[in-house]
Amino acid sequence: MSKITINIDGKEIQTQEGAYILNAARANDIFIPAICYLTRCSPTLACRICLVEADGKQVYACNAKAKDGMNITTSTETIEKERRAIMEVYDVNHPLQCGVCDQSGECELQNYTLEIGVDSQSYSVKDVDRSSHDWGHLHYDPGLCIVCERCVTACKDMIGDNSLKTIARGADPLNADYKAEMPKDAYAMWNKLNKSVIGLTNGTDVLDCTSCGECAAVCPVGALVDTQFMYKSNAWELKQVPATCGHCSAGCQITYDIKHASIDNPEDKIYRVMNEWNYVSLCGAGRYGFDYQNATATKDEAAFEKAIEAFKKADTIAFTSTITNEEAYLLQKMKEKFGYKLVNNEAKAFQTFLANYSEISGTKLYSSDLEKVHNSNFVVSIGSALKTDNPNARYALNNSMTVNKGAGLYFHPLKDPIIEGLGKSIMTVNHAPLQEEVALYLILDLFGDKTKLPSTIVEYLASFHSQKTITIQETVKEKVIEIVQEVKVNEETGEEEEIEVEKSKMVSKKVAKDVEVDDNKLLEILSADAKFMEVLEKNLKKKTTFELMVGPDLYTHPNAKNIARLVALVEKYSAFSVTMIPTLTNSLGVALLCELDDEKGAYTVAYNTDGDYVLSGLGDGDLDMPAINQQEGTLTSINKRVNPTNAAVVYNGYELNDIANALGLEAENVIDYTVELPISVGFKSEEFDNLPNHYENDGTEVRGYVLENVAVDVSDDESVDKFSEDKLEGSIIYLANPVRQFTEFTNKTSNLDEVSGIYMSEEFLSKSDFNEGDTVKVKTTNGELTANVVSDNKITGDIVVLPTFDKKLNSEALFEAYRFNSASIQKV
Amino acid sequence: MKMEAFNDRNVADNGYFLVDIEDYPTDGWGKFKRVVRRSFKGELFVGLWVVLREMIKFDIHTVQYPEEKMPIGPRYRAVHEMKRLWESDAERCIGCGLCEKICISDCIRMDTKIDENSRKEVTEYTINLGRCIFCGYCAEVCPELAITHGGEYEQASEQREHFVDYEYMLTPIDTMKAKAQKEFEGFGAITPHEDERVKKTPLAY
Repeated sequence: MSKITINIDGKEIQTQEGAYILNAARANDIFIPAICYLTRCSPTLACRICLVEADGKQVYACNAKAKDGMNITTSTETIEKERRAIMEVYDVNHPLQCGVCDQSGECELQNYTLEIGVDSQSYSVKDVDRSSHDWGHLHYDPGLCIVCERCVTACKDMIGDNSLKTIARGADPLNADYKAEMPKDAYAMWNKLNKSVIGLTNGTDVLDCTSCGECAAVCPVGALVDTQFMYKSNAWELKQVPATCGHCSAGCQITYDIKHASIDNPEDKIYRVMNEWNYVSLCGAGRYGFDYQNATATKDEAAFEKAIEAFKKADTIAFTSTITNEEAYLLQKMKEKFGYKLVNNEAKAFQTFLANYSEISGTKLYSSDLEKVHNSNFVVSIGSALKTDNPNARYALNNSMTVNKGAGLYFHPLKDPIIEGLGKSIMTVNHAPLQEEVALYLILDLFGDKTKLPSTIVEYLASFHSQKTITIQETVKEKVIEIVQEVKVNEETGEEEEIEVEKSKMVSKKVAKDVEVDDNKLLEILSADAKFMEVLEKNLKKKTTFELMVGPDLYTHPNAKNIARLVALVEKYSAFSVTMIPTLTNSLGVALLCELDDEKGAYTVAYNTDGDYVLSGLGDGDLDMPAINQQEGTLTSINKRVNPTNAAVVYNGYELNDIANALGLEAENVIDYTVELPISVGFKSEEFDNLPNHYENDGTEVRGYVLENVAVDVSDDESVDKFSEDKLEGSIIYLANPVRQFTEFTNKTSNLDEVSGIYMSEEFLSKSDFNEGDTVKVKTTNGELTANVVSDNKITGDIVVLPTFDKKLNSEALFEAYRFNSASIQKV
Repeated sequence: MKMEAFNDRNVADNGYFLVDIEDYPTDGWGKFKRVVRRSFKGELFVGLWVVLREMIKFDIHTVQYPEEKMPIGPRYRAVHEMKRLWESDAERCIGCGLCEKICISDCIRMDTKIDENSRKEVTEYTINLGRCIFCGYCAEVCPELAITHGGEYEQASEQREHFVDYEYMLTPIDTMKAKAQKEFEGFGAITPHEDERVKKTPLAY
């Protein structure tokens, strides 16, 4: 991709070759009206308002690529006529009750109607019944809809649910005279608009998707709105607090929209969460799970005294990674000063994994990020239930396939209809648990540079290959010559006579043929589809950028060390770059900042987890702590970015910093530590108040800063162990949350109402003797629990899923460390 | 026009004269003398005498408030009123929040929610009259002619809250039944010839 120069309205601008004119203009602050286009998605061409003249020809700025030396005029007389007619058409039969529309002035229809100056209407068509639909968390009002299809585009190109499509409106055809009278594009746009409204792909009126709400966010008018926000507040009343979502490691940019709770209660309340939807897409937890604050906390001095006593008595601090970098750093400082042991198993596993990876890769951190995955065209995911571990990783995978004509390869034991539904170019391999190593060996085998790979590995890989003879049905085209009798008029005599004509014809014929093919045993071990290689070869055509995403299953795998080394080898000896999905919100930050210990000591102070004395942001501990939406601080995301987040809701209790101060450390606010975050592991010496949190017009992410990927010592030893052949017997259980749930914090929110229990797929329920609602006992060698069966249609196959978001269930007790385990499940 | 009139800058000749104002005392002694002079001159009694004289004559020119009240113009802006619809007696307010937005002294607040008919419902509405400057913007911006000003200017009360209640501002249903609701003619009201100025939108039916 090289830089080119184009000229828009007399202004010379630089842009990338192949960039759309609209994006080039936007990046350079040149305004071209556009309604239906979404950055990062494919052009929809529904609104046609982005018409421009490029080298004398009218093109749509959203799908015309800039060429070097192009001369573009954004406004001519004909274009203005088209735009005016388009806006008039959009206003046909549009209700005028803007006063009670939830868009409350943030309306692109209103903006463009005024911008283009529509002050009279020339067109009309008979309206049809367009009554509204209740789609659960969404409310759709076709009366307000302008069918720009932005929701459909976002759902298809970004989210991957493909839940929305256009359906027939059932309107009368347009008056035939309009075709001659109206500007051409406006008529074409109206003709299409008049035939469609938005409907659900599943043909019913019950929406069943991963409930991210991105469609409502991108809606330019008030047609698709969040049910929870309906008529709660006007947009202009809300103050936007820039923040970072605290639910998973994606660290999405969000704003908490706050306003006083009611006339009687002047305290701020979060009404909704918004995002820069052109550059970042949220999941359902991020969008709807915002009221998890610890609201009842007070400065209870007696409890605080007890907390100090507990800290003096304790030798261990146990915590989860749902804390900020500053708090993690503070805990590390406390460890250094008072000798506490820091225990956080999930971060410890990730830390060890990273360290093992670094030994071969030579860098402290993995090389890639989700941004790069978005822009790549071949993505492999191993060891992560993508849709629930990190929804943004799923969006990146889907986006790379839809927009970059990419393909994906998804290795996971749990069958996932959502991932399978991403499109034709995703290949899923549902291998048995514990065989993630084999998957990595397969990647090395398929993509590794065999000339450079250590010879032991090459030999090991070669040992799985053999030649076998298979009989295949081949379709062969044969030339067949036929003699046909034809009646022809003899030109000389003028009489009709029969002559024989030779005609050749191509006939396809099926032939059985024996061929020698390469047989890869690894594929068999992974129980890959028989046509795996065939499909892969097709999918690999024209692929240039390769990304590997690895997930939390690997960090706790019994052979995690070997796996980490394999991941590093894949990166070193193939075209893949690696992104690791941190287990929880700030696992990466904690892994970098804290020296973690394995075992707890005699007396444990726990922060957001279980211990002898409990500090809790959930409000259920011995001393209250603020939740992430009540704190200032930074969070380290999967993209290796240190993102600032601000307090949206008031917090009246004590913080960790108060305890640290009482114990002898000194800082007025916890964010005083932001500047002290260690440079040696990649942080920068930046004051919290100087950290930005926004996106530029060209999509540049200006949020916090990116961690420096510090170089570490490389060991010459690149040997890896052979994969183990361990297997899990019997019923298999997996530790993962349902869609929209991550931790006890998401469980606390009022809009996320997923039922906790033992999740079984509909397929499994129908063939086993369990029914939804049954109370069952799940028993493993590590422990047992009793809970109700919940039917989950977002999974298929036989694996039973246990969630972690419900503390009461205590699912973790059933697992060794690895996220899979074999268990016996019995009805109670 | 002749320029002489402009060029003659001697104002004294044109009926102007300089008022002979006594110089202000500058020193302490001068000031003391002025105080003594003013104190014993009895200027106060001149005024008091005028009042007494007119009182005895019973020749009163002022309005006898509160027994008597001046008629108020239809555009007078006093305590707000909330109007009802003529057709249905229902409240006109749709909860759009424009009055809340435009209020320059930030004294209007409303809480809204979705009601059982999926319509926007105003659950609570207050105007802090202690802060209201009666500028009339709320009435002007109201798209439904719901919030208007009324003629009720007597706001003396022990509690400011007496005037901020939505129910208090709303036209009583009895008044409505008797078709006695008065339309406000001030800011925000429809002009008499509105119909002639409206451009009609084509409709297909």
